[in-house]
Amino acid sequence: MSEHHLDARNILCPLPVIRTQDAVQELDKGDWLIVVCTDPGALNDIPMWSRINGHKILDMKNDNDEITITIEVNGLGS
Amino acid sequence: MTIQRKAVALISGGLDSMLAARVIMEQGVHVEGINFFTGFCVEGHTHAIRKKDKAKPKRNNALWVAEQLGIKLHIVDVIEPYKTVVLNPKHGYGANLNPCLDCKGFMVTKAYEWIQQHKFDFIITGEVMGQRPMSQRKDTLPVIQKESGAGDLLVRPLCAKKLPPTLPEREGWLDRDELYDFAGRSRKPQMALAEKFGIKEYAKPAGGCCFLTDESYSKKLADLWQTRGTRDYELDDIMLLKVGRHLRPRPHFKVIISREEGETKFMEGYRKSFTHLRILSHGGPLALIDGDTGNDDLRLAAQLVARYSQGRDADHVDLAIHHLNGDVEQLSVTPLKQENIPQDWYV
Repeated sequence: MSEHHLDARNILCPLPVIRTQDAVQELDKGDWLIVVCTDPGALNDIPMWSRINGHKILDMKNDNDEITITIEVNGLGS
Repeated sequence: MTIQRKAVALISGGLDSMLAARVIMEQGVHVEGINFFTGFCVEGHTHAIRKKDKAKPKRNNALWVAEQLGIKLHIVDVIEPYKTVVLNPKHGYGANLNPCLDCKGFMVTKAYEWIQQHKFDFIITGEVMGQRPMSQRKDTLPVIQKESGAGDLLVRPLCAKKLPPTLPEREGWLDRDELYDFAGRSRKPQMALAEKFGIKEYAKPAGGCCFLTDESYSKKLADLWQTRGTRDYELDDIMLLKVGRHLRPRPHFKVIISREEGETKFMEGYRKSFTHLRILSHGGPLALIDGDTGNDDLRLAAQLVARYSQGRDADHVDLAIHHLNGDVEQLSVTPLKQENIPQDWYV
């Protein structure tokens, strides 16, 4: 397992999802991707995208409108 | 053993594409969704930016539809290649700067490339004959098939019976009897079909998904092209057209003034790329200056911005001008009176 970071701040839905999707494509099962974004839409969209595609949300934080989402690639077994 | 056929459905987030995908899923076909992000999609953008829209669900409707259908969704960034559609539409624009027929052709072309790369069998769209004045007419539906290269691999389940049988129908991958013959602008057949499938919640029934169909937005885009002397844009340009008041007091510069806290926060992300103004003495907006400005221009911009601050009726409002080189200059101005702001300054 390796940990990767994605800066998706100051871009709006669906770009944070697209950037997450593109980053995840380069990762292996079990890897973690930590996405930082500022669009509140990402609080719904990234988990939704993850569920659809079989990735697991390990953690979500919203500090001063900066959102951090940790995803385990293929963590739902897809 | 029967081969399970695979189709990709163009999912906009609206009802029609949701129904079209579902109709094909009912026939045992493996369906995945595809959604193209052009930069002009309305989607969650404005809701995400504007604080007053906080009550609206900040969700991407295409993703939501995919989850309701239980299918994967591939969101594809087409911002760069889409420029050719917006800048030089072969079939022209609609009522505003909406190149609907070229747009649909472009998306089906991209979907056709996608099915070839991913070894899928055909494409599904939610088009209904006669529903849209430009891209969904009896005479334009075949144009999309032809110009995209998809030909009869393009299935429109909601109006298939009004069209010649496609290859999936002729080959028996699909039962034509289980497809539909919807036509015209009435939404009743779609709503009845939604009820049949037990679909109770869906996004706004039709239209309104693209900023290019919006008159005010199109005017701002036309202004951008005219004043820059070139028909081109970057993503940041078209994003900024979605927020704030845009006023052009002089041909060589424009002032973008945030209207509320959400827009201010969004525009903060652009402050390093623009000379910008902040109100110091009162509550007020953030303003970005687009264009080359001299001192007189900046003073005029400051008076304009002061008009939209809580000090609009004060004798003086103090502001800070943040220059691109990092210098910060303070000045005090008398806010412009509303009657002194010509209507033609509003873009």
